[in-house]
Amino acid sequence: MNQTLFAQALLNPDAPLPPGLVDPEGRPAPKRFSVYRNTVASSLTRVLEAGFPTVRALVGDQFFAAMALIFLRSHPPRSRMLMLYGQEFPAFLAGFPPVAHLGYLADVARLELALRESYHAADSAPLPEAEFQRLLGADIAGLRLILAPALRLVRSAWPVVSIWEAHQPGGVPHLRAAAEAALILRPEFDPHPHRLPAGGAEFISGLLAGQTLGESLELAGAPTDLAAVLGLLISGRAIIGVSE
Amino acid sequence: MTYQSKSLVIAGALATALSGIAGMAHAQENEKCFGVALAGQNDCAAGEGTTCAGTSKVDYQGNAWKLVPAGTCETMELPAGMEGMERKGSLTALERDLPKA
Repeated sequence: MNQTLFAQALLNPDAPLPPGLVDPEGRPAPKRFSVYRNTVASSLTRVLEAGFPTVRALVGDQFFAAMALIFLRSHPPRSRMLMLYGQEFPAFLAGFPPVAHLGYLADVARLELALRESYHAADSAPLPEAEFQRLLGADIAGLRLILAPALRLVRSAWPVVSIWEAHQPGGVPHLRAAAEAALILRPEFDPHPHRLPAGGAEFISGLLAGQTLGESLELAGAPTDLAAVLGLLISGRAIIGVSE
Repeated sequence: MTYQSKSLVIAGALATALSGIAGMAHAQENEKCFGVALAGQNDCAAGEGTTCAGTSKVDYQGNAWKLVPAGTCETMELPAGMEGMERKGSLTALERDLPKA
């Protein structure tokens, strides 16, 4: 049997039974293949439902299931590890005409994907508090911070953090039409998105790109609540080292 | 801004951040609690380069744990299991709600 034909037929409900698939009596086995094809689609749909619960809540269960089917048929997994399946889902949403009027949907998906990546990222140990005290006396503008592998930054023209919060248990819609940047931190095992103050996303982007603290401050532009951003990083156990 | 004044601004912000954190109640004590995590939402610390977080197969899986505030694990209220079996969190691994082999 040809593996390519088999894989194509799995994702295309109109494709004929791949040649060579037979039941114990040697007859073609279209029903058995249909069961398998259905299992592939429904298990990938479950993965997307688990990974993008806020997107699902925003569009409704039925719409999400139909949309997931279209997505998974055009974006089958490229890895056997399903824990990060759906990498292309935000870009798919951005170009999917039926949700074109929900401009924020792709960014909410990016936030949920980043939370999942953070959850599965490597563990790391934060810089001890005494080390921070020592930095106060150093040539601090010239230092670079090494950030935790579980840290993620999601910038959006939409209030993505507020939308996400409104869909958590006990969450209350509290939305303003404003751009928000989410800093995802995972101090222990559960990642959480934090809203960054103005300039915070630019500052963190600088740090992530390996710029010094001084250069990153320049990128943030004045006035930025730098103390708040550093406080988030420290309490979120996200600073794991410094280098010259 | 000169390099010198940048250093001053950053050091000032760092000092403020550190004093803010010192003022906060110190990081909450947690304990590992078995049998309370929803499927796929268990915590894990398997060491560098590996992860078993998110690998539990069923809700309230007895041998999967989640970090919870210390002292709350064994008193946590959980929905009853099959046939009304009472369920509680535990500080050690449990035999109930294991995925079918």
